[in-house]
Formats: sequence, structure tokens, C-alpha cells
Amino acid sequence: MFSRAYKTAVTAPPLVWVAVFLLVPYLLMFCYSFWSVTPAQTIVHSWDLGNYRNLLRVDVYWQTLLRSMWIAARVTIFSLLLGYPLAYFLSFYAGRRKDLFYQLVIIPLWVSYLVRAYAWKTILGSDGVLNTLLQYVHLTKHPLEFLLYSPFAVVLTLTHIYTPFTFLPIYAALEHIPRNLVEASHDLGATPAQTFWKVIFPLSIPGVLAGATFAFVLSLGDFLAPLLLGGPSGIMISNIVVSLFGAAYNWPLGAAISLCMLVLVVSLLFLSERLEKKWSFS
Amino acid sequence: MASISTSGVSSGAEPNSIRASLLSIRNVAKSFGRNAVLRNISLEIAEGEFLTILGESGSGKTTLLRIVAGFESASAGELWMGEERLDRQPPYRRRVNTVFQSYALFPHLTVEQNVGYGLRVAKRPDAEIVSRVAEALDKVKMTPHAKSKPSKISGGQQQRVALARALVNRPRLLLLDEPLSALDANLRRQMQVELKSLQREVGIAFVFVTHDQEEAMVMSDRIALLRSGELEQVATPREIYSRPATAYVAQFIGHTNLLKGEVRGGVARCTSLSWPAKFPDGPALFSLRPENIRLVAAGRTGDAGSVRLRGKVLHRAFHGATELIGVEAGDGLVLVVRTSGSAAQDTVELEFSPDDAVPVRESPGRV
Repeated sequence: MFSRAYKTAVTAPPLVWVAVFLLVPYLLMFCYSFWSVTPAQTIVHSWDLGNYRNLLRVDVYWQTLLRSMWIAARVTIFSLLLGYPLAYFLSFYAGRRKDLFYQLVIIPLWVSYLVRAYAWKTILGSDGVLNTLLQYVHLTKHPLEFLLYSPFAVVLTLTHIYTPFTFLPIYAALEHIPRNLVEASHDLGATPAQTFWKVIFPLSIPGVLAGATFAFVLSLGDFLAPLLLGGPSGIMISNIVVSLFGAAYNWPLGAAISLCMLVLVVSLLFLSERLEKKWSFS
Repeated sequence: MASISTSGVSSGAEPNSIRASLLSIRNVAKSFGRNAVLRNISLEIAEGEFLTILGESGSGKTTLLRIVAGFESASAGELWMGEERLDRQPPYRRRVNTVFQSYALFPHLTVEQNVGYGLRVAKRPDAEIVSRVAEALDKVKMTPHAKSKPSKISGGQQQRVALARALVNRPRLLLLDEPLSALDANLRRQMQVELKSLQREVGIAFVFVTHDQEEAMVMSDRIALLRSGELEQVATPREIYSRPATAYVAQFIGHTNLLKGEVRGGVARCTSLSWPAKFPDGPALFSLRPENIRLVAAGRTGDAGSVRLRGKVLHRAFHGATELIGVEAGDGLVLVVRTSGSAAQDTVELEFSPDDAVPVRESPGRV
């Protein structure tokens, strides 16, 4: 067996790392969320719930939070609608081309997020690829303004970016379904559609939940897509946090918002894990 | 090919032959790429019979079963169930149900829901589903576990649930793919008996796939012996044991001695032995079961007309009720003899009746 000193030497670095770069910042954030800032821009270490009251009282904060959740919800739904059929096709019908298709889905993940977001800017802009094409074929006379700098652009871009994240757990869940269950279902007289709804889909629910959680949590906290493509109407909660920690110099309020987000996300993860356990049978 | 003629050979005196044919497998072949797994299989399955497809692993027995169930399509040949061309139907339209080797119970459904699955997808009325499921669970003694998930019950119990799930649909034919192979020896013997009596009770034709010759002998009305994708012999267990068609069948089912010799002028010769045989002249191969060779007590005269020989005991293997001894009978001929007593002496005198030396065809090597 390993000596005590050896075990300490091996486990200490990661523990220190987590403590310094994760626990301490969270603790700091927690403390800041109760402090306040004076008009002269100094931070007062007075402990009260003023920041949390502001969150509820000032419309722009909770409205932006609701909008962010609505955007994240749409991204989740569209990612599932794209990711599930793709995973299903790959797992059950791709045959020998399975590996190739799988790689094709994965490749976009290697491309920088920024590049992909900028690509959508090029496509959706007033002089962008899409508007030029629409006018060229005389479907529209003027550039469509809602394409860029809108919640639409944010949802589209985030869906594009997070679909592989929903695809992967769904694909893994589908691959884990023993194929003789599908045969047994057919054998017992179930049509392919009945087999899908009564056997395949229920057994893939853990993957769906994991994928949905990924898409929702990742897009809820996103700030680059709204920054680049959202415009004033597509602002999300993270953009407000960024500006509070930056130009607005109100770290306490920023910390309070961040903490609310953290609680929201952690409870979502917790809920999703509980549901996944309930639906897994391996 | 040899297999075509053997497939036509079936039980003359057994009741199966008068039963109506249920499923007709006609010249079925299957290859995966260049690999021929089944060649020219023709087989009639009668109403209500227990037919076992017996073969070593890789003989194609599971593939044949999967073709009947509809999970694989045959490369050539046809399946007929009465007037219906079965091989053109998808598996969910065939009145055939399968008990899978690993049971394939739905893990997200309870025992009860598993058994009711076929009736539910067929959209039977709720009251009917409830009563038929209850009846089926009762038949396999699984009523106390109706609300359990499959992961919470034992392998033997899962086996019963799989059986109930298939039988509740009242199929015309039940396919069983080595369903007992995952069970331990005792449970396995018990299930063999239960399965056989269940089959008698429900009167549905069973096609049972196994690699275990003993299992096949115990349970079947008829055995279809498959070797490298071709049928070697289709016959009752008794017939296949006492009248094996080929050397392979004789060796696969039980122990045997293969005597290589020739027939000339109504006399069969093998090394120094000879006996009258009414077969055409030419080289011949005979199968002689160990229990058909008798030990003759020294000095006694044996039965008239029997073939006598002396030999030295080489080895003994105790099998409980009987003992198998290997006897060197001169000229390199070694015979395995089954004795009920113990033969303590080193030199023994043996005899067998010429009728028990059954002529068999050579089994050519196959790829």
C-alpha cells in the first residue's frame, strides 16, 4: 500500500487548486453580494440584503433574467429537436458510416466559439450572405433587419453551438439500448413507431435530460453570443454581470446576480440528476 | 447434397408425421458477405410439435431461428405458414414469438407490463389484457412478482417471465434461442421438464435451439441436427440415436465407436472382425454404441450369431451407474464399451450383435 506521505503528496495539489481557484472565489462572491458601493465608488463592507432587494425591485434585472431563461429554453428545445433525430439516425441507421457521421458532428466543437459566432454575424448581417441572397432571388426588397442584433440571432447561434452538447449524451444513451430489446418489441407485434415510443424513447430519457441540462445551463450563462449578435433587445443576464464588474463598477450587485444564477444552475443540475437516476435501468 | 435427402427422412412411426404442417422452410440459404452460414435448408415443422435445432456454435442454428422470427432475411429460399408467405412479412406481423437467449425483458417495465406488452400494442381491451396477463403469470408461477422490475428478479424467474410474455400472445409457433444456457445445471434440468410439460399443455409448436445434445434428447419430439450450415439428419431422438445417418451424427449424439471397413459379398469386414451385412459392396463405416457391446464372462459361450472378440483393457472412466472402458482389440482397433458392473480383469471377452453395427455415411469436412 502507499504510504501516508505519498497519498498526501498526490492529493494535496488538486485540493489546493480547487480551494484557491474555486472555493475562495465563491466565498468572496458570497461576501461581496452583501456589501455595497458608495457614489464615490468605494466598496462598503456593510452586511445587508440591499443588493437582493434591488434585484427584485429594478425591472431590468429580473426581466433580463427571465428573457435569458426564455432564450435558454428555446435553445434547449431546438437543440433537442435537432440533436435527438440526429443521434437516433446515427445510432440505428447509419451502419458502417456511423463513425464518419459521428466525427462530422464533433468537428464543429474543435472550431473556436468566437469564429462560429462571427460566422453567423457574416451570414445574418444587413449586407450578409443571407440578405444578399434573398434580395438576389427577389424574395425581399430590403435587408431583413430582425436577422441580426436580435434574440432570434442569439437563439440561432446558441442552438448551433450547443446542439453537439445535446447530441452526445442522447447518442450515448441510444447506443446503450440493447438491440435485442428492439427485436423483442417487434417480435411481440409492435410496429417501428410503437417500438420507438414504448421502448427506445423511454430508455433514452436519461440522455435527453443530460443533453437538455447542458444546453440550458450553458446558454443561460452565455455572454458572447448576445454581445456579438444580440443587440439591445438580445441582452442576457451575463452581459449585465459583465458590465457591473466592469464599466459600472458595482461588484456587490454583480456578485448578488451571480449568486442567484449559481443557485439556479446548481438546483437545476441537482434536479436533472435526480430525474436521470429515476429513469436509468442499467 | 447429402443434407437434402436426410432432411426428408423423418419419423415414420411417430405421431408427428400425421400432424398438419405448420411451417415449411424451403431451400433457405443465408450468407453474410462471402461467408455462407446456411445452405439449402428444408424443414417441415408440424402443429404442436417440439422440434429442436441442435448444432455446435457456428453451425447456423441461431441464424435459422432469426430468419424464422424475421430479424434476418434469407439470401434464398422461402418460408410458408399455411397459405401465407412468411418471409415477406415484417417480424411484427408474424404469428411467431421468441424467447431470447438473454431474455430481453424491457428494463423500464414491470413483470406485469412486460407480459402485457404484446397485447397492449395489439390494442386489446383493458379487461382482456388484465385477465390474460394474470393467467399467463399464474401459469409460470410469477404472480407474486407481477409488480417487480426485471432487474429485481433472478435469472430463472426472468426466464419464466420471458416465456409468459411470448405465450400470452398465443403464437402459432414459439421460438426459443438457447433459453436455458444461462441457468445452472440443477435449475436447467428442472426447467427442461417444466418447459416440456408446458409445451404439451399449451399445444403450441416449439422450435428450440440448443448446442446441448442431452437437452435435445430429453425434450424433443424431433431433432434437426445442423452442421456447418447444413442439415445432417432430422429424426426423433430415438431414431437419431439408434440409426444415425452420418458419422458426425453418431459422434455428436452420445458416445460411439466408428468401425471403418468394407462390405463384400454380404459380409462386412473390419480388421479381423467380420459379420453378415446386407449392404452393397464397397467401403463402409459402421457406428457401434458402447452399450451394445457386451462383456462375456470367461469360459461362457455368447449369443449365437454375435460377433466375438478378445481385448486388453486400456483405460476406464467411471460414470456412476456405468463405466466406460477402452479395449484394445488387436490391429489398432480400440473399442469403447459401457459396462454396468466393474470389469476388474485386464483381458476381456466381448461380443456385439451385427444388427447394432449401424452403417453411417462419412461426414465430409466442410468449410
